[in-house]
Amino acid sequence: MNEQSPVKKRWSITAKEALIGTAIVILHFCLWFGFAYGLGSGPPEEYRYIAGMPAWFFFSCVIVPIFIIILVALAVRFFFTDISLEEEEEKK
Amino acid sequence: MNTAVIVPLLLFLAVVFLVGFLSAKRISKKNDFLQEYFLGSREMGGLILAMTMVATYGSASSFVGGPGAAYTQGLGWVLLAMAQVVTGYFTLMILGKRFAIKSRQYKAITLVDYLKSRYESKAVVILSAASIVLFLFSAMAAQWIGGARLVETITGLSYTTALFIFAVTILIYVTIGGFRAVVVTDTIQGIIMFFGTLIILAGTIIAGGGLPAIMADLTAENPALVSPFGAEGELTPLYVSSFWILVGVGVVGLPQVAVRAMSYKNSVSMHRALIIGTFVVAFMMFGIHLTGVLARPILPGIDAPDTVMPLIVLEVLPAWLAGIVLAAPLAAIMSTVDSLLLLVSSTVVKDVYLNYIQPEADNRRIKKVTYSVTVLLGAAVFILALNPPDLLIWLNLFAFGGLEAAFIWPIVLGLYWEKGNKHGALASIISGVGSYVLIYQFTPDVLGVHSVTIPVILSLFCYIGVSLLTQKKIPAVV
Repeated sequence: MNEQSPVKKRWSITAKEALIGTAIVILHFCLWFGFAYGLGSGPPEEYRYIAGMPAWFFFSCVIVPIFIIILVALAVRFFFTDISLEEEEEKK
Repeated sequence: MNTAVIVPLLLFLAVVFLVGFLSAKRISKKNDFLQEYFLGSREMGGLILAMTMVATYGSASSFVGGPGAAYTQGLGWVLLAMAQVVTGYFTLMILGKRFAIKSRQYKAITLVDYLKSRYESKAVVILSAASIVLFLFSAMAAQWIGGARLVETITGLSYTTALFIFAVTILIYVTIGGFRAVVVTDTIQGIIMFFGTLIILAGTIIAGGGLPAIMADLTAENPALVSPFGAEGELTPLYVSSFWILVGVGVVGLPQVAVRAMSYKNSVSMHRALIIGTFVVAFMMFGIHLTGVLARPILPGIDAPDTVMPLIVLEVLPAWLAGIVLAAPLAAIMSTVDSLLLLVSSTVVKDVYLNYIQPEADNRRIKKVTYSVTVLLGAAVFILALNPPDLLIWLNLFAFGGLEAAFIWPIVLGLYWEKGNKHGALASIISGVGSYVLIYQFTPDVLGVHSVTIPVILSLFCYIGVSLLTQKKIPAVV
């Protein structure tokens, strides 16, 4: 039993990281969709402009990607674990 | 011919050759030829991993077709293209370290190796090897044609000469240098693509008189161009969202992408690649597609959308800079083609030859077969690209979608769901590819979503359903 526990630990770490990936994708999609169609559905003549771009475009295609890059960096920094990828390790 | 444009391109080719020769030296020093030739001995660091993922995935469609579509459709197409930002982090996160660990444990060199050890089924091996060879071979040929057309447009050489130069360059560095040459050149090509995008975006904004002026021109021409719905309003939210599968999360199922997720050195490389990759892909997709939209008021009335990218570069940049920037789409095509060539070669050598034809082959023989197969494949693509048969064009149309529908669940659920078995995997591959081909052919974009959406969902149900139904007969393997 003792031999197996490092393997199991490694397994739960990899599962957790995959779940974090899935969670970021879902959040990413919601933000992208929400800003694009939430702000962009009115007549184009009435769009608000930010930095020379329509507001829907500025948020969904500029701000959201920047936010996601930061989120990925934070997730990696705080939730991703440095584990060995070699199989020899798990036998120790 | 324009010397100022050609000199940077020649320099670029020279660098690519140099990488090929240096990698070839490394190959002769390594003991395990197959590991080194097809996976670079799993030594990729973070930057190289990120760049090769982005560059392999970002192909002619993103650097030539993409800006063309954005030119026609307006900002709505940029919105659609931004779904690809997902590929920067999702593929590596979902396959994750577990895929890297498992593939080391199985000593897997190809995706098929992984599936073979995971499902222990001859049928899965044959079916997946066959679909990889068939689909990726056609995809590769289509990219070669795109590359040659681009060289033709830029340099004024004839199509055949352009194809010849393009083909010989790739064949030489891929054949002698293997995976290491491919990923290192991918990195150089990725950096060229990145700075090329930056320069052309800046050049186009300046040439158009600044963003507000260009947006005003676009609104004056057709207000729908600055809306998320496309020039004719046909980009519905549902349709655009369904691209999150084709060019976003579904990319996990592409063998040329998945194989990279088994070849990085350690956790730290993977962590770095997540951040670098997301940043690079986000910037490139944004910049190159936005350039396509902004090109519209500067160069109105372009009929062939595929020429938008080279034309705008030649229009807004001085010749010497244009040469450097035009290396970017060429780099995009080359970095995709080299990966596909090596992948198809690895499938033929490792999954077909060593599995079924000559399992006892020694190292020298394997080397000989590997080099010959790579050269022969390249020569075959060259000949087909000279006069592409209809079948090839037809196969290429659903190469990526078909592979995604086939492999996404057998790979992902194979990793995380221990009840998944070979029957489920087979059902998933067959239903995914089958329904995709049928839908694509007979009712494309059915129910208002991209043709790949329903097959991906169907193959999920088949994987789970069939795995559960056959549970008792087959003990689970993980």
